[in-house]
Amino acid sequence: MLIVWPAVTGLVLMTVPPVRRWAREFAVGASVVELALVVGLLASFDRSQAGDIQFSELHSWIPQIGASWALGVNGIGLSLIVLSAVLVPLVIAAGWKEDDAHSRRAQYLGLVLVSESFMVGIFAARDVFLFYVLFEAMLIPLYFLIGSFGGAQRRYAAVKFLIYSLVGGLVMLVAVIALYFQGPGGEQAFLTANLTGLSMEPWVERLLFVGFFFAFAIKAPLVPVHTWLPSVAESARVGTTTLLVAILDKIGTFGMLTLCLVLFPGASRWAAPFVIVLAVISVLYGAFAAIGQDNMYRLVAFTSVSHFGMIVLGIFAFRQTAIEGATFYMVSHGLSTGALFLMVGFLEARHGTVSVKAYGGLQKVVPVLAGTFLIVGLSALSLPGMSPFASEIMVLIGAYPAAKVAVIVAILGVVLAALYILLTYQKLFTGPTPTAMESTKDLTMRERLVVWPLIVSMLVLGIVPALALDYLREPSAGIVAIVSEEAGK
Amino acid sequence: MLSVSWLLIALPLASFFGLMLAGRRADAWGHWVGVGVSAATALIGIVAFFEMIGRGASDRAESVRLFTWFSGGEFHLDAGLLLDPLSVTFVLLITVVGTLIHVYSVAYMAHDPRRRIFFAYLNLFIGAMLLLVTADSYLLLFVGWEGVGLASYLLIGFWNHKPEYATAANKAFIVNRIGDLGLILAMALMFAHFGSVSFADVFAGADGASTAALTAIGLMLLLAATGKSAQFPLQSWLGDAMAGPTPVSALIHAATMVTAGVYLVVRSGVIYEGAPDARLVVAIVGALTLVIGALIGSAKDDIKKALAASTMSQIGYMMLAAGLGPIGYVFAIFHLVTHGFFKAGMFLGAGSVMHGMDDQVNMRRFGALRSAMVITWATFGFGWLAILGVPPFSGFWSKDKIIEAAFIGEGWQPWVFGLTALIGAGITAFYMSRLFFMTFHGQKRWTDGQHPHESSLLMTVPMMILAAGSALLGAILGVGNRFQHWLEPVFGTHEHGEPVLAVPVLTTLTLVLVVAGVGLAYWMYLRKPVPIEPPPASLAVLAARNDLFQDSVNRAVFQIPGTHLTRTLVYADATLVDGAVNKQASGVAAFGESTRRFQSGRVRSYSLLMLLGFVVIAAILVVGG
Repeated sequence: MLIVWPAVTGLVLMTVPPVRRWAREFAVGASVVELALVVGLLASFDRSQAGDIQFSELHSWIPQIGASWALGVNGIGLSLIVLSAVLVPLVIAAGWKEDDAHSRRAQYLGLVLVSESFMVGIFAARDVFLFYVLFEAMLIPLYFLIGSFGGAQRRYAAVKFLIYSLVGGLVMLVAVIALYFQGPGGEQAFLTANLTGLSMEPWVERLLFVGFFFAFAIKAPLVPVHTWLPSVAESARVGTTTLLVAILDKIGTFGMLTLCLVLFPGASRWAAPFVIVLAVISVLYGAFAAIGQDNMYRLVAFTSVSHFGMIVLGIFAFRQTAIEGATFYMVSHGLSTGALFLMVGFLEARHGTVSVKAYGGLQKVVPVLAGTFLIVGLSALSLPGMSPFASEIMVLIGAYPAAKVAVIVAILGVVLAALYILLTYQKLFTGPTPTAMESTKDLTMRERLVVWPLIVSMLVLGIVPALALDYLREPSAGIVAIVSEEAGK
Repeated sequence: MLSVSWLLIALPLASFFGLMLAGRRADAWGHWVGVGVSAATALIGIVAFFEMIGRGASDRAESVRLFTWFSGGEFHLDAGLLLDPLSVTFVLLITVVGTLIHVYSVAYMAHDPRRRIFFAYLNLFIGAMLLLVTADSYLLLFVGWEGVGLASYLLIGFWNHKPEYATAANKAFIVNRIGDLGLILAMALMFAHFGSVSFADVFAGADGASTAALTAIGLMLLLAATGKSAQFPLQSWLGDAMAGPTPVSALIHAATMVTAGVYLVVRSGVIYEGAPDARLVVAIVGALTLVIGALIGSAKDDIKKALAASTMSQIGYMMLAAGLGPIGYVFAIFHLVTHGFFKAGMFLGAGSVMHGMDDQVNMRRFGALRSAMVITWATFGFGWLAILGVPPFSGFWSKDKIIEAAFIGEGWQPWVFGLTALIGAGITAFYMSRLFFMTFHGQKRWTDGQHPHESSLLMTVPMMILAAGSALLGAILGVGNRFQHWLEPVFGTHEHGEPVLAVPVLTTLTLVLVVAGVGLAYWMYLRKPVPIEPPPASLAVLAARNDLFQDSVNRAVFQIPGTHLTRTLVYADATLVDGAVNKQASGVAAFGESTRRFQSGRVRSYSLLMLLGFVVIAAILVVGG
């Protein structure tokens, strides 16, 4: 129901003409209903058993190849589903004024809702084949979201995104098929549970790991396969970008965590030094590149590359605290970067440009917008008291025993984050006000209602991280147990 | 009252959010809310102090558990407060001086349209600073630590429509972040070695830990302390931080926040006891900064920057004392408290001078202000005598003790540290007298049309109270070693040797050097006329005027290479990394183009159909399965 609802409503929106007139209201309504359903799910989730899969559904799907329609979530999947359900209505509300034509608006919002279905589905899939199918099929709505709605370069960006993703997906497909032959076979051959704990030849395991990891590294994205993200971020609509970076990219790290580590623990350990080096490079590379950007969408995209490096570092440290931190970071980063993209979108809506150079001295004119931007920026530089800090510190101190040098180098990202956020704030909001900026409108009520809930969530989770950690502790422990069991052999 | 100590943090933070969200309708009275909240925290602090005094010495530490903060599988940490004589000392200093400065600011900021915001930021600072000193774990301390950094950033940049002020704010935050890396790494080390970052667990574990581990932790904590306390080599931000309104300079950049580094080192005494090398580095950093600050202070013409350099130098004294080990801890804190009073008083005095002189800060444009503002002159004079260490003013009690303690020990150390501290006292006397004479005495060098006047009572009363503290606090706390006994439950009692020179000899030597410093300043800046343009100077003076070229060094070592690295990387990312991909892609695209002609050309509708089909199939499978 959770998965199907947004897709059905989205398709209705795209295909039934009378609904188009109220497309926005319809879409917000649909996404709020979805949020209510998810909240209901959250309420009935048994926290004391957060490590186990709950709300299981298992149906035979294509028994001939062993694929099942198997769903269910543990604490990690659930928290990412909650993140998605929270962000979608906010994103729809943020783009309230974007289209004039009803049909275009209906198209766009319909696609957003369809994408939400895929997100929820992927985070709930516990059949590798189902995961793969959703992983690939999701490209379709996204391709249109990027390619049909956005800036001048949107076609280029959409194709780039598609090619990157298809290449990753293709490699993964090979690995998925190969995995089938390693597994027990039968009608439920692809169930994640049935593929866990296989004993494989090390070289086979490593090859399969690489197949999966490659696809996830593109999605996450890690340097050097990151370049699609800044292009998409600058060309796509801000709403699309927000969903893409805040939620969909998490599929990459989610996949690493719940598939790579769990299915191929030995190979994960084998690859860890290499992956950690990539992660640390991403942290610094993303941060330096962000400092040098003038286009704010590209800037935020690069900060995400940096943050994803931190998440991957946490995952491949194979330590309880680091993995808890990394999973927590996925949620925090979604809130923080989502808010940051939306703020850039609000600036663009006012002045039609996202070039940092074009702005200046806005704090005097629009104090509320400036203050909100600063708070969101501070969350991105991991200010204590907000959830990105709580997760980042867990990654850093948790990963330290496993990867001392990596942590010491990656920690420089903390200083660089201060640079890219505060320098940007300085250029946008301080100094003398150019004449063109003097009549800028401050944040409207609608815009406040979009961003402030995200800030409040970050504060709440930052002050009481236990609220989130209670969901993440057990599943993280489960993953650590699987990865380190292998070490005992 | 100890059990509701969380109000110390909650009240100012609530006031901060309230004042920010209340909007313009609170402009008329918002500042009084700020003052009231600050006064309330002072009241809580005072009541807590008396409650603690009423208990037996061994019973004076109270832990207040607030809530489960981190509930990780291995990383489990409660948010909690620790109230012991050390933290309560800080609470009193912060809230009392803080409240006085709040009152002063009501008048000082009266003409600023954003006064409400200013008070919100001040309250944010008070809350964060109180969290810093009452936290019972390094991580919670770190929250306060960065919180005061944020407040400092906001207040330095309060007038950030001036580009250089915005730059100063950024500089302060970013330099501090470099120091913060030290604290994060220290916590990583603690977690690795002790499995926790709470004070209780870390100190308990420190007993059995290896010297190497403790040294590493100690050095990382020191790195953090150098950032926050503007010690060498992270001192460059403090002078620029004077861009903030003067009450901010008094509260944050003189009396409280910048001393947080000293607090961190002293609080971590257990770690430094097991790491003599790290402790030695602390003392060296302190001694070095003491001299650097004093030299810079001797050459600055900007009254606030001269005071800032003096702050740096005085914190150098405290750091030196903290680096001497248990014998020095009490005196470090003692000097920190007296310094908090007399330096805040002098900064407020400087603010009063600026208020009467149309925000002029160049001392070459002052002179003969005694006649125009007697109260400011007198209160400033008390501070001047206190920092000089003239008996019986406060500084005499605290600074002389540090000088004595620096002479205790064996080998080269007492001589190097002792003589540095001693000579520092002489230079201090010189630069402070220079500042005092140039501002209040000599001929008028005012710009035309200036009519200096005394400030209102709202400003002068806080100055008088701080002046009283500058005069009396040292004696009150110093006689009979009261302060030492008060802190004994935290630091314990320590037997220590005698200084390598006899105490009376040291006291006399110090006084002789102080008199010499004052005399030199008298001869140079009172007997001779002070030129309005700074005279051409030797290389040494030039260096001191330019903060010993710290900024140039930073620029050459970090900024310029960093900028080049960034530019190169952005270029490489666009051309090499992305370029390679694009070249491949154009091949694929050409292929795609040719295949597309075979198809209907409507890729879009084709894929949409595919999607529809997929959804329908999925739906059938769900329902049918």
